[in-house]
Amino acid sequence: MTTVFDASTACTDTAAKPGRDVLKQRGQHEVFCGLTSIMWLHRKMQDAFFLIVGSRTCAHLMQSAAGVMIFAEPRFATAIIDERDLAGMADMNDELDKVVTRLLARRPEIKLLVLVGSCPSEVIKLDLPRAASRLNGEHSPQCRVMAYSGSGIETTFTQGEDNFLAALVPEMPAEAADAPVSLVVVGALGDVVEDQMMRVFDGLGVGPVRFLPSRSSTTLPPIGPNTRFILAQPWVGACAQALERRGAKRISAPFPLGEEGSTAWYRAIADSFGVPEAKFDAITAPGRERARRAVARYKPVLEGKSVFLFPDSQLEPSLARFLSREMDTSIIEIGTPYLNRDVVGPELAMMPDTVRVSEGQDVERQIDRVHTDNPDLIICGMGLGNPFEAEGRSTKWSIEFVFTPLQGYEQAGDLAELIARPLMRRELLKVGS
Amino acid sequence: MELTVWTYEGPPHVGAMRVANSMRDVHFVLHAPQGDTYADLLFTMIERNKKRPPVTYTTFQARDLSGDTAEIFKTAARDAVARFKPQALLVGASCTAELIQDDPGGLAKTLGLNVPVVPLEMPSYQKKENWGAAETFYRLVRAFAGGAGKPETAPEQASCNILGPTSLGFRNRDDIVEVVRLVESLGVRVNTVAPLGASPADLARIPQAHFNIVLYPEIADTSARWLKRQFGQEMVTTIPIGVGATRDFVAEVAKVAGVEVPQELLESGAERLSWYSASIDSNYLTGKRVFVFGDATHAISAARIASEELGFKVCGLGTYSREFARDVREAAAKYGVEPLISDNHLDVEDAIIAAQPELVLGTQMERHAAKRLRLPCAVISSPVHVQDFPARYSPQMGHEGANVIFDSWVHPLMMGLEEHLLQMFRGDFEFHDDAGSSHLSHGGPAAGHQPDARDEQAAVAAETPAPDVAAATSTAANDDQPSWTSDAERELRKIPFFVRGKARRNTETYATENGLNPITIETLYDAKAHFGR
Repeated sequence: MTTVFDASTACTDTAAKPGRDVLKQRGQHEVFCGLTSIMWLHRKMQDAFFLIVGSRTCAHLMQSAAGVMIFAEPRFATAIIDERDLAGMADMNDELDKVVTRLLARRPEIKLLVLVGSCPSEVIKLDLPRAASRLNGEHSPQCRVMAYSGSGIETTFTQGEDNFLAALVPEMPAEAADAPVSLVVVGALGDVVEDQMMRVFDGLGVGPVRFLPSRSSTTLPPIGPNTRFILAQPWVGACAQALERRGAKRISAPFPLGEEGSTAWYRAIADSFGVPEAKFDAITAPGRERARRAVARYKPVLEGKSVFLFPDSQLEPSLARFLSREMDTSIIEIGTPYLNRDVVGPELAMMPDTVRVSEGQDVERQIDRVHTDNPDLIICGMGLGNPFEAEGRSTKWSIEFVFTPLQGYEQAGDLAELIARPLMRRELLKVGS
Repeated sequence: MELTVWTYEGPPHVGAMRVANSMRDVHFVLHAPQGDTYADLLFTMIERNKKRPPVTYTTFQARDLSGDTAEIFKTAARDAVARFKPQALLVGASCTAELIQDDPGGLAKTLGLNVPVVPLEMPSYQKKENWGAAETFYRLVRAFAGGAGKPETAPEQASCNILGPTSLGFRNRDDIVEVVRLVESLGVRVNTVAPLGASPADLARIPQAHFNIVLYPEIADTSARWLKRQFGQEMVTTIPIGVGATRDFVAEVAKVAGVEVPQELLESGAERLSWYSASIDSNYLTGKRVFVFGDATHAISAARIASEELGFKVCGLGTYSREFARDVREAAAKYGVEPLISDNHLDVEDAIIAAQPELVLGTQMERHAAKRLRLPCAVISSPVHVQDFPARYSPQMGHEGANVIFDSWVHPLMMGLEEHLLQMFRGDFEFHDDAGSSHLSHGGPAAGHQPDARDEQAAVAAETPAPDVAAATSTAANDDQPSWTSDAERELRKIPFFVRGKARRNTETYATENGLNPITIETLYDAKAHFGR
């Protein structure tokens, strides 16, 4: 496999692994902005409301990306900046106050109002953290008000969650100095995944364990020097730094995708909490066995196939590692919007040097590479999927990896199935390209 | 600053994208931050296009703002022309790029590109999607048709252009087929259809036709008016949605083209709406209250069909197209309803609750509202869902369009005999309010649904004019509202749910007007006698 480099714009970087080049090309990024994280955050934290301060484009993005899925009244909205605001005829802070007052009158059950910065609010330098602190003075304790940025100029897709969680860290209570060692699992997970993890932690005798984001804004985990935390999603790097600043210690591990990833993840926790090896094996053995069995069913479909991953959520290195090591697929390119070596370095280290890693995007040239490489499966975003399908190529929508519970032993088979499905479907269909 | 959850229209640059995506050999370079590329999936996913829209985004980031975003734009424009080799290049800015004032038009001019460049001014903070589409189409028409004076038109056969259908337009793909067929059956030649399917070269041929058919004024009106001024091309403005409107459209085209209407077009052979509507089975449709909301074109057409061709009662009519508010106001006056001109979906939902319709004809937003209120609904206008780009041929215009409309509006309603059976056997264990209509799976009860939730919600909403004034007026409202005796309340529940809201409202109105409090079973039946069905 040869790596396509463009000497004029590509620069290389060997930090991920000795000898591994990272392809960086600057061009059109075909990715969502951080606002899109609100799609799952507003469901996860059930007493929070996300108010984007932005343009009609932001509102249109949210309904185009999320609207087709949501039939109930969502807990997000957009305060649309208009010409009067920009012309200075209306004081934008007064306008924002009015919008917030009306919103909270309509939704009195909201306990946390989150002002979310957008591209326009940042370009005009509207100070939302300050607005939040002013509004907080007015509306707390009934409703606390905070702010973070989900703008496209600052964040890509899942980085919106990272910024939200990082902004929550200062709100988290201080853990008592004599508190027992506790664990915080960082990154939004499906409720079912959290419940399964809790059963494993109980079995291992690890606890107390808390999750961030918590299901309610009033039950944020306490943080202190006795807190250890582990990332459950690869995109929460800024939150990890904020937690470390508050004295919490990070447990480093691969991400809990597949049998191998889940075991390595649980093992890192078990080691940190001094769980005896025999106990670890006894508790995880049934899950490991089930995961191996579930994954094996789909291995014949994926074995030997070549896969090309476009940048989307930052999950790409972990997905590639699962596909490469547990499904024996051949990875052609791992595209990722942002390569946090500190977080996904262990994942990349587990893969062969032939795997091309690209960070950022020039979508046209990345599509050219697909045409050259001719992979068996393309994992990509929603704007690219159908055009590739129309060329007769098999694709998997990457957004499903963010929305589907995939972590842990019980979901390893689901993860394999999700990736194998487009290939199985193509076998089934006697029509089409 | 305006609070919004759902928006009927996107920003103006999305309208520009719709025009670019409609056409061949046009490319659009949009100065926009990372993330604005979400708009691609409107085309690749919702409309299920096989190709990516012909749009290159500059996707600048925060770190570029301190550097040279103008240079990023120039590189993107140069690369796009080299890669896609379009006949015309559109350049513009999205809402964020508008704020940094890089002037894409001016920048493109300095590049010495070997294609015509059409710069777009899209004021994102005051205009919206349909305006953006209309403006883009107008700029393109001016750029490519504007050069010459009035060209020679072929005198031997009348010819026309069909203007307005676009990508993401509600059933535009199929409407064109119907309208071309209609026009050609009159012996009129179709010179060009634009923007959908047209190239810049096709736009240059627009002045050669005798007249223009404005199929969708929200997008084509500006261009058609300019073409009329410039080249004296008459405008056909009747929208052929519904049996009557199609007849009027044929007459108008024949008049403008100076041709006779052939006999077979006068006989409504292909059209079944008239007979289905006249058939005895449709009796139950009489006087059904229908609430209509959408873009101006589809809302006005729907109200006419509802009233004249299905025998419904129009109990609400509105649009989000402020540019065409006047037309909707005129139509509303015809049906004796207060016109609703709003792009706030919550206002529309409140109006639906207040109007107590038995059928809602609206956009995707009204489908959401109707679902919550457990009202039958059919979609008649953009913005729409992926389901509204059906695989089957499904026009709204012309004769087949009328057939499609009959089916899609009547289908969500309870069938006539079913309504009667429900009234007779409302205690039946599997044939009750919550079972919904037997022919619709989605008519089933929502999880945790309370039997009378719709009714209660409607009643609560009707008593609560607006959240901010609610506190001040709620006491007074409660004093005015007559209460129900428990016997009367029980009797009310014997009325099928789909008319119960109306019965409650009528009874309360009657009680208030006659100073009766509390409402008894007697009052309920007195009100029934007073108001009729």
